[in-house]
Formats: sequence, C-alpha cells, structure tokens
Amino acid sequence: MKILVAVKRVVDYAVKIRVKPDKSGVETSNVKMSMNPFCEIALEEALRIKESGRAKEVVAVSIGPAQCTDTLRTGLAMGADRAIHVEYPGTLYPLSVAKIFKALVDAERPALLLLGKQAIDDDCTQTGQMIAGLLKWPQATFASKVVLDEGNKVATVDREVDGGLETLSLDLPAVITTDLRLNQPRYATLPNIMKAKSKVIKKLTPQDLNVEIRSDLEVVQVTEPPQRQAGVILSSVDQLIDRLKNEARVI
Amino acid sequence: MQKLFALTSSLSRRTRSSAAFSTSLLFDDTQKQFKESVAQFAEENIAPHAAEIDRSNYLPKDVNLWKLMGDFNLHGITAPAFKFFFVEMFFCICTSKLVMYAVKLYLTSLSATEEYGGLGLGYIYHCIAMEEISRASGSVGLSYGAHSNLCINQLVRNGTPAQKQKYLPKLISGEHVGALAMSEPNAGSDVVSMKCKADRAKGGYILNGNKMWCTNGPVAETLVVYAKTDMAAHSKGITAFIIEKDMPGFSTAQKLDKLGMRGSDTCELVFENCFVPDENVLGLEGKGVYVMMSGLDLERLVLAGGPLGIMQACLDVVLPYVKQREQFGRPIGEFQFIQGKVADMYTSLQSSRSYVYSVARDCDSGIVNPKDCAGVILCAAERATQVALQAIQCLGGNGYVNEYPTGRFLRDAKLYEIGAGTSEIRRMIIGRELFKEQ
Repeated sequence: MKILVAVKRVVDYAVKIRVKPDKSGVETSNVKMSMNPFCEIALEEALRIKESGRAKEVVAVSIGPAQCTDTLRTGLAMGADRAIHVEYPGTLYPLSVAKIFKALVDAERPALLLLGKQAIDDDCTQTGQMIAGLLKWPQATFASKVVLDEGNKVATVDREVDGGLETLSLDLPAVITTDLRLNQPRYATLPNIMKAKSKVIKKLTPQDLNVEIRSDLEVVQVTEPPQRQAGVILSSVDQLIDRLKNEARVI
Repeated sequence: MQKLFALTSSLSRRTRSSAAFSTSLLFDDTQKQFKESVAQFAEENIAPHAAEIDRSNYLPKDVNLWKLMGDFNLHGITAPAFKFFFVEMFFCICTSKLVMYAVKLYLTSLSATEEYGGLGLGYIYHCIAMEEISRASGSVGLSYGAHSNLCINQLVRNGTPAQKQKYLPKLISGEHVGALAMSEPNAGSDVVSMKCKADRAKGGYILNGNKMWCTNGPVAETLVVYAKTDMAAHSKGITAFIIEKDMPGFSTAQKLDKLGMRGSDTCELVFENCFVPDENVLGLEGKGVYVMMSGLDLERLVLAGGPLGIMQACLDVVLPYVKQREQFGRPIGEFQFIQGKVADMYTSLQSSRSYVYSVARDCDSGIVNPKDCAGVILCAAERATQVALQAIQCLGGNGYVNEYPTGRFLRDAKLYEIGAGTSEIRRMIIGRELFKEQ
C-alpha cells in the first residue's frame, strides 16, 4: 500500500520568535526553518509501517515556497521514497491546503494519509480534519498508537483526548494525525542523506491540480502577547478577593 | 506553542543554541545537511554527558557512545563502502577522491567484493563530524578522531585486503575501539628516535618496549603500533604493526590523569616479548616511516576539526550569556569590550574554519600539502586556546567556576597545541618546507 505524508516547513522550534515591525506577521527571513516536529513524527510512523512490510511506498508532500524542497530532502533522507512539492509562494490556510491534498489523493490513491496534528507556527489543528471531510474518509486525530490489521484493511488507533485515551477502529483508506507520544523520529544518517540525492521531487502548482487558492480569512495584525507582569504579594485575603473581583474580574 | 512543545516534549531534544554561523561558501547542500544532522546527534547523545565525562575521567557506563556513533555511520567515513546499489557505487566513485589517493600509494581498489560498512567519503565529511562531536564534548571528539582517523584510516590506506577484512568491520561498527601508538616516554617530538624494538622471529616479530600517550590505549582492541625492526637504520628501520589487545606480552599500564580531554582514556603501552605474526605488518617492513608521516598529514587535518568544535562551543555558551547577564543596568553584551572579545572569537573561528575546510577540499582532490596540513592545526589549535581564555573572561567569575563549561573548553583546547605534533614541530615543518622550496 502507499502512504502519503504531509510535511510542513516551519520556523525551527528552538528559535526565538520575533514579530515584524509592521505587525503583519512573524519574522521569517534569515531565521532557521525546519520540518514541523509533528510532521516528523508522522513521517517516522509511515517509515515504520513500511519497514514492517505493510507498505510499499512512502511519499512525502509539502506545499509552499521553493525552499520547501529542503524540508522534502530531509524527509527523503529519513527514508521516504519520493516527494511531491506543490509550489505556492503566498500565504496558505488549512482549507486551501486540504483542497490541494484532496486533488493529490485523488491522483495518487494512497491507503493512508498521515499528518502532524498541528503545525507549530499557526497551531490550526484543522488540516487533517478538513482533508478527511473533503475526501469523506474516516479520521483519527491526536494518534498515540497506530496498529494495522493483517490485510491492511483496518487501523486501530489510540487517540489522546482530554479524558484520557480513546481507541478507534477505522476502515482504510483513512486520515490519521499524529500526536507527540506516537514515536521518536529517527535521525537522517549520512548514507541516507547520500541516497536521498537521487530520489525524485516532483514539482506541481495548484493550477496543475485545478485548485484555486483563495481565502475568506485575512490577517489584520500580529502582536506579541502582553509582557508578563510581575507577581504581587498581598497582605490579606480581603485584598485578594478585592483584586480578583475588581481588577482581574474573575469572580 | 513552541515553548509548550519544548517544555512538554518527552523527547531528548533540547533547545539548541542557534549560533549556527553562515557557512554557505564552505559546504554544499549535502554537507550542510550532514553537519546539521551530526550536530543534532551530538547535541542529544553526547553533550548531556560531557560535564560528567570530564569530572569522572570516564566515558559513560550506561551508554555505549562508540556503538551509537557507529550506528550513525560516523566511524568509517573514509573507509570503502557497500557496493550494492549502482547509485551508491556512482557516488562512491565520484566523491571518493581519497580512494584515488589510496590507489596511488597501493593498488588497493574498491573491488566489488569488499564491504566494510564504511561510507567511502572524504575529509570534508570527516572534519565536519570531528567538529560537531568536539563541539558537544572535546574528550569524545579526541577519542573519536584517534579511532576513526589514526586507526581506521591508516588501515584503509595501508592495509591489505585480508587485514581490512579482519579488522575494519568491527572498528567501523563501533564494536571495537581503535588506537595508534608512535610516541614513547623518551621519543615525543623526536619520534623517529623510538626505541621500541621488533626483532625478527619465526613467522613474525617479537616486540619489546614502551609506548606513551596512547589515546584509547586502555580500551582499544586494535592498535597500530610503530616499532624499529632495524635500530641502525634510524628512520628507515621503522615498521608499522597491527596489534590486538589479547596478544600475549602486550599490556597497558596506568591510565593517565590529564589536565584536559578527561574521559578520552590515555595510557602507556607495554610490550614484553610480544609476538606479532607476519600478516600483521602494516605496509612493508622498514617502510613504516612513510605510513607514519603521510598519516600524520591527514591526522593533523582531521584533528583540526577538534579545535573548531571547541571554539564553536565557546561561542554557543558566551553569546546567550552576554545577552542575559546584566551589569550597570544593561546586558554586558552591549559594552564595547565584550563586543570586541566576541568579535575576535568569531573571526578566529570563521577564519580557522575556512582554512581547515579549504585544505580538506584539496585533500579530497588528492592534493595533500604537508605545510597546509600542519598549518591548519597549528592555526586552529592556537586560536582555540585563546578563544577559550576569552570565553572564561566573558563569563567573569562564573567562567572560573566548574559549573560552567568554559574551564573544560580551555583545558581541552590546550591539548591540540601538543598532540599530533607540537606547535613547535608544526612551525618547523612549514618553515623548513618553505625554505626548501626557495
């Protein structure tokens, strides 16, 4: 079976984020970018399924500007067989991404689509769910364990939910989004980095897939969260109640 | 969200210092990818142990760093590779200029039946690995350099197919540790005056003598050792041997208690009527000096990656510190004296780095110039000591306290002015060559 994995190029998790002076967004020029950590986990899961003999091919997909090929190269170096880059230099929102994925899935016909549960730049946590909706496929989000049955027909997924763990049984093809504790992603070792040089990255545009990118959303302003105020030591419970009632207005 | 991820992450990935300086002209995309990959590996697997390794003078007992590095394909970077896929063979032939160099010396070739698990890549990759491991821990870097270059690379360049088949696979996987011994208690800079004897015997040689300052000596299973088969012939009487740890008559004496590079075990080797069979002669009898001197050029190049890593580690610590530490109401990084120091540290690192990797590129093309091989480690090592001193100074009182790593950086950096030929010897080599060329 074929597995499609979505990987997103985001600001590296260790970088200190700065807002652009014109408040239009976050500073991304000259800033270290890497693969979204949850996407790494998704790719790792796909590779493990392939190594257990259940899957024939793992395809990494990224949507975005030209530099997404760096992220795809990392994915290939981890072990993906080939990659697809849908090039679009502008801003992308989850619904547009979902529509592009629907077109790709219709073309590639994978049995499993794996994504990270959310991207660490916009934290939308929407794309996987939207794709499943568009495809009318079953979905299991926040997966912490994925087990496939003998015939690759059913996936049993443990989900991390607020109340604990929920186990779902899904008929394939399905969409699964990965949570933190699913696995520990592998390093790209040098032999695999060398092998990745000869692997194919197919280039497409949204027009090739008959998808029109438009958005009903517009970012008006991006600001830093307010500076955290220092704590105050109060002298009595009455003072505390007064502050909570009149200043913080929580009671 | 990003902070939340970092905090709740049960992965061992820690917040990496982002002092990754622009190296766009030095490396191509693949080399950059490799550098980042090794940096991450070293940061997560080696750096957490560095302080304890220094304190205890031992490598960690609960983690086998040799095996970990072997699994990451770090040991056999310059050793011949697998020959399964056409694509890999293509890359090996294209990128493996080192192998063309080895073919020049001996007719050892990348024959299709040989597979040692190496990567068949060149010195740029080896220097990158050396730099990033040393950045995490100078001691582990030095031991790694001795194992992968002094031992493994010497076997790759001079060994017969049978010797390579016997020793390389386990060395490259990290199951066995390698070492090399040439210096003696009374033969350091004047290494050719060594007194360790190899007398001819039936089927081999009997070795008698001592070797000193052998990195990895206490733990190595395979050692390359130089001894004199003909005392009267001076330099022409040296032969290189491959010693196995279990050979009767070979033992190691006390582990040295060193100023720095603690945890990179160093000891004296003792040979008492140690029998070494004929098939363990590395190269030819009496030709050991060529094995030794040509090996020293490449050893100096690869080890030059060590001080680069230490300088980078110094900046990794100093830059965040001078941003956070405030005096007189401002971060000390805003004061000119500190900015001056940081600038000097930065330019020392970048200039040394450019020199090292340019020479590595030359060596990968088969151009090995002893002046430059000596030059890169002379330059990088002396700069690294100065950079480490400045790092301590930038941290002030904190730099003087062992809770901060800057003291360790200084003690580790100093070794590189001494090992692999002292700075004085390196200057002599360069000056003498320049004079001869006139």
